[in-house]
Amino acid sequence: MSEIASRVLEGHVASGARVIRWLEDGERKGVEALKVLYPQSGRAHIVGITGPPGAGKSTLVDALIAAQRKRGRRVAVVAIDPSSPFSGGAILGDRVRMQRHATDPDVFIRSMATRGQLGGLSRTTFEATAVLDAMGYDVVMVETVGVGQDELEVVDLAHTTLVVNVPGLGDDIQAIKAGILEIGDIFVLNKADRPGADEAEKVLLTMLHLRDAAEGAWSPPLIKTAAALEEGIDALADACDAHRADLEARGALAEAAATRGEHFFLELLRDFAAEKIIDRATEGASYPKLLAAVRAREIDPYTAAEQLVAAI
Amino acid sequence: MPRIRVLLAKLGLDAHTIGVTVIAQALRDAGMEVIYSGLKQTPEMVSSTAIQEDVDVVGLSSLSAAHMSHFPRVVELLREGGAGDKLVLGGGVIPEEDEQELLAAGLHKVFTMGTETGEIVAYIQDWVAQRDAAS
Repeated sequence: MSEIASRVLEGHVASGARVIRWLEDGERKGVEALKVLYPQSGRAHIVGITGPPGAGKSTLVDALIAAQRKRGRRVAVVAIDPSSPFSGGAILGDRVRMQRHATDPDVFIRSMATRGQLGGLSRTTFEATAVLDAMGYDVVMVETVGVGQDELEVVDLAHTTLVVNVPGLGDDIQAIKAGILEIGDIFVLNKADRPGADEAEKVLLTMLHLRDAAEGAWSPPLIKTAAALEEGIDALADACDAHRADLEARGALAEAAATRGEHFFLELLRDFAAEKIIDRATEGASYPKLLAAVRAREIDPYTAAEQLVAAI
Repeated sequence: MPRIRVLLAKLGLDAHTIGVTVIAQALRDAGMEVIYSGLKQTPEMVSSTAIQEDVDVVGLSSLSAAHMSHFPRVVELLREGGAGDKLVLGGGVIPEEDEQELLAAGLHKVFTMGTETGEIVAYIQDWVAQRDAAS
């Protein structure tokens, strides 16, 4: 076993942080370490936190860290912010709200930039959660970028997905339209001390009741919180525990882990396959000609791409 | 693809964020990932944050005369935590006579008031390039 992987398994913080960095940067050493770590993962409760920008996700995560620590659990957080599409750089400021936990040896917080990934996660969020899981953290929280209506990748990653809303987002609560309503295992109405909270609660409850639910299935609760005041946080932590217990009781936890492995695998397969095919396709003599033809609009992009792939 | 990661931290009690914001934006525009950890950070918070985030660079800012006690302490804590390989920079209101002492304590460079952001960007890029060439 590689030396660094064994240190990660012992929970050594700097080593875990370094392996995540290697994975993020696409360094082979990271993949080698992950191969050792992955079989040791699968114990942590992975909780996704998603919702529109300004909903208070980071403050909520901060309060949840405190609640989980009171329950004696070791907690890791992956907090994701967008990369600039222009420079590729990023300003990652989620942890400003969580810094009171910075020196707690049982809390690990990692900021990640999306690095061009759409869907609310970063390119290597899956890998990072596997490393943190293998390090022995009991709960791994993943805070997505502020999402709109179809950035729902977190569902493939988390056992339990929290969808955070706030009062005053508009009469029909734009942010929970369509997709995002279906993905929540727990709905949070944060900033519930603000005006408009009762109306927002009514709308949310109505929409939740309209959800098709199979007999005996988990019924997503709506929890009101004021994270900045630490109100409602224990109830929220209870709901997270209840959802995990429900998954366990129905044997769905193993199924969720299996599905997560499958998604991870398929995504890698797509990446590797695309890389190989693009390498092969662009090596050939016909590639520069086709590219020139596409640029000159002498051929449509569909036909050009089909021709190249067919020639492999 | 590797990206340079930088932690920017404000030590001490001052609440001035304009300078640190300007630097954060300049570093982002140069393609770096900047982790900002907020105001009133202690050396302990800064060093554990730098380790968890595995940054290449730690940028310390102080406008309230906390630099002489706090900056060297960050360097010390990073070394103790096995993270002595990071570039540690200081900035803010720092009298000339303090600069030498800070450099002796292990800071790589001190940028005083009026430094162009481009100079900081170039310094970081050069340091990282040299480090990577050496490894």
